[in-house]
Amino acid sequence: MSHDHDHSHGHDDHTHPPSETELRVKALESLLVEKGLVDPGALDEIVQTYEHRVGPRNGAQVVAKAWSDPGFRLRLLEDAGEATATLGFTGRQGEHITAVENTPEVHNLVVCTLCSCYPWPLLGLPPAWYKSAPYRARAVRDPRGVLREFGTELPEEVEIRVWDSTAEMRYLVVPERPAGTEDWSEDELAKLVTRNSMIGVETALTPAQLRAREES
Amino acid sequence: MEETPLETLPALPRDADGPMFREPWEAQAFALAVRLSEQGMFTWSEWAATLAAEIREAQRRGDADLGDTYYEHWLAALERLVAEKQAVASEDLAQRREDWRAAYLNTPHGQPVALSAGRE
Repeated sequence: MSHDHDHSHGHDDHTHPPSETELRVKALESLLVEKGLVDPGALDEIVQTYEHRVGPRNGAQVVAKAWSDPGFRLRLLEDAGEATATLGFTGRQGEHITAVENTPEVHNLVVCTLCSCYPWPLLGLPPAWYKSAPYRARAVRDPRGVLREFGTELPEEVEIRVWDSTAEMRYLVVPERPAGTEDWSEDELAKLVTRNSMIGVETALTPAQLRAREES
Repeated sequence: MEETPLETLPALPRDADGPMFREPWEAQAFALAVRLSEQGMFTWSEWAATLAAEIREAQRRGDADLGDTYYEHWLAALERLVAEKQAVASEDLAQRREDWRAAYLNTPHGQPVALSAGRE
């Protein structure tokens, strides 16, 4: 069949091809499926999982438990992969995780300078800024400036430790527990734990900040 | 990147907790890499090294690399690895891409597009 369709027929005689990028993905996927190298059902399952089931609420539960349960906190700091697995958070990119705890003296910040390694089972997939060159470069060279851009001002005497993730080791920041939450349940505490606080660019929400968020 | 003076670095892109994938092809490319690695075609360390190399090359070509082009790097890394592992040759990929393009052009609007339509 030739392509020399007559434009007087309007747009009904062909379908506009998708973008070059989409064609590349279609080409790759259809060839891999045809060769039996990949099962389309398995691909759908992966997309479903990361779009809907895995996200930073998992990490928030882990942090809230560490705040409430001293035994769990120790196990988490000792071997985060094992400790989070006991809560059911296992899977891809979750085998080698180190939890780093913020204290009044030390603030931890996580980056992946080479690409975008990230603890998927606990935080889902990384946000766009985490994958960007400015963040990857500046988190190491100017961590205080990066924190300031996220609205996080730390006292000068606080030491900032920057952790560079790799395919072999990923990091979860355990933020400091906010004041005034002594009698809160784990579920309530988890609401204070944001994705950004577990990357280390922000602190956990205060009870007042949480109220303001819930009212807006 | 290491040589750039600090003050000339662009501001950080920011986002809310938006959707994980902006377009369906990003999700498809993501899933392909995860699945092929799980099946042992390449290790995740090989994957991370290849992706990092693609990102560096894109930066050299002038990509500001603000995270919005991330899955383009991802796709380039995937194409490179499947060729290196001799699973899919780049010529076959190029041919298949043209077959798909022809299939769209040969399919009346509103009809499902089948690859066979590109080979007529």
